[in-house]
Amino acid sequence: MLNDFDRIYKNLYGQMDWRLESARARGDWEGTAEILAKGRDVIVEEVKASGMRGRGGAGFPTGLKWSFMPKQSDGRPSYLVVNADESEPGTCKDRDIIRHEPHKLIEGCLIAGFAMGANTGFIYIRGEYYNEAQRLQAAIDEAYAAGLLGKNAAGSGFDFELVLHRGAGAYICGEESAMLESLEGKKGMPRMKPPFPAAMGLYGCPTTVNNVETIAGVPTILRRGAAWFSALGRPKNSGTKIFCISGHVNNPCNVEEELGVPLKDLIEKHAGGVRGGWDNLQAIIPGGASAPVLNKEMCDTQLMDFDSLAAVKSMMGSGAIIVMDKSTDVVKAIWRLSKFFKHESCGQCTPCREGTGWMMRMMDRVVQNKASLADIGLLEQVTTQVAGHTICAFGEAASWPIQGMMRAFRPMVEQRTIDYQPPPAIPQAAE
Amino acid sequence: MNNQVEPQHFEFDAIAEADVAKEIALYPPGKQASAVKTLLDIAQRQVGRETGSAWVPRVAMDVVAKRLGVAPIRVYENATFYTMFNAKPIGKYHLQLCTTTPCWLRGSDDIVSACKKISGANFGQTSADGLFTMTEVECLGACVNAPILQINDDYYEDLNAERTEALLNKLKGGEALPPPGSTIGRQASAPITNQTTLLPANGPAE
Repeated sequence: MLNDFDRIYKNLYGQMDWRLESARARGDWEGTAEILAKGRDVIVEEVKASGMRGRGGAGFPTGLKWSFMPKQSDGRPSYLVVNADESEPGTCKDRDIIRHEPHKLIEGCLIAGFAMGANTGFIYIRGEYYNEAQRLQAAIDEAYAAGLLGKNAAGSGFDFELVLHRGAGAYICGEESAMLESLEGKKGMPRMKPPFPAAMGLYGCPTTVNNVETIAGVPTILRRGAAWFSALGRPKNSGTKIFCISGHVNNPCNVEEELGVPLKDLIEKHAGGVRGGWDNLQAIIPGGASAPVLNKEMCDTQLMDFDSLAAVKSMMGSGAIIVMDKSTDVVKAIWRLSKFFKHESCGQCTPCREGTGWMMRMMDRVVQNKASLADIGLLEQVTTQVAGHTICAFGEAASWPIQGMMRAFRPMVEQRTIDYQPPPAIPQAAE
Repeated sequence: MNNQVEPQHFEFDAIAEADVAKEIALYPPGKQASAVKTLLDIAQRQVGRETGSAWVPRVAMDVVAKRLGVAPIRVYENATFYTMFNAKPIGKYHLQLCTTTPCWLRGSDDIVSACKKISGANFGQTSADGLFTMTEVECLGACVNAPILQINDDYYEDLNAERTEALLNKLKGGEALPPPGSTIGRQASAPITNQTTLLPANGPAE
């Protein structure tokens, strides 16, 4: 088990004060100017060497992403955008960073902005996090007042402005190009790529979008060294990660652990175990709503990191672990996710707009035991018509939960079709 | 169907004006359209202050469009795309109930029943006394504290039917909203018992 000493977020639970003075006592803002004095390239190389992969869901190497930003400006400014639109069902980690460790995030913004040549950063926070936004704004104001942001930020000679931008209720704005559209004052509808944001992002300028947990982890990595971070976790899956353990456990909680921690250990040690004991476990969604569900057999030995979960065709996503015990109707749990995706589809692409509603209605029939074996095959086939046929990854996100259910719980799903007698086909007149 | 009384006039009041000027100044010159969601929110809060019902009438959207120098449709499409803008009047307390899977697993059905019982309203409706509007919302992002009920700006966490009823009855009795957060005295997202990490050396700070 990870030692508290090696945890990045010492105030994850808000047991200490969030303000600047207390944050400084925890080591935030210590020698920030010296870190920046190492220069842009050294910082990017250090982040690359640490093995940090994006904590928002996709797990893209952070240092590599930063290196895509132009070294020389062609006259356009560059922007850093921080994704705090935490909306993936099951996920509530960024909320804790924002309300309890805001200075880690703000300092991370300055360092990341410097490393990618961006003098302005925007933090896009979901609209529902109203109190969290108030807290973060207060922390930003504190940082400005202390000279840590603005002209000559933290005495580094680098100018950095940080703006907090509130969303207004739309899951899709967590998709990076939809976020940029939304920041520009438009409907949050994803853009076609290429061009990628690093070439043409916010206001048509070079932009990098990073998750809150990614950015907030950077100052600690640079202070303690890439070697410290990369020694934690497993090869290519290094460092620590905040896991959000919700659902049928005795003590739902957020906890920071090493990547590669066994799923069973994580739940038994930190979350008080599955309600009714490990043997009462039925299913776990390991990485937020779009991550394919695992059955108990898979959970017994599963390790929690990007590559281990990809190997079983699931994903680590945002680290949101949704636990279901034997009393759960797993089909209904997945149906509710289908309803979520139907509600949150932005409506831009036909396969997604029509497909999410269709999949939800078909799942509705499976829940009610009103689907035939052929219907289930059709449902599975239609998910493949949606995934991969849309502008953004929402099509995949909406399809994967159903595909995962079919893989992990096929016999149970088929069982529900046994008693169903389809109504006799009604002859239709030719039109 | 649309028989609500649309106000004929809207202008930002002094409180709102201060925020409007500050918010527009945050964006680069010529990019003031970025402030559209914030201005709609400011307008909605102002209507809430004035009438006790936080919503955005069409005239307010037009004022926002004019202020930002964009076509009115650019504001209308924002107001309808994002779920937090209310296009019609709502009750004093906006009950936003999360029923997505993590909350559902922890008993959000009971919270829904409790809210229906006390308010007498269904999803999409406002109670007869104008106090409560019930809205089913998608994941609020506080899943380890499920089930969650958001009332206006505040999250009430770790709920059950009993505590939900007690909370709404207090509001019905004219009391103000209690402080947000866990309704069982839990320290944020820490385990309720047997905390395994970050064991408090200094005790709770909040």
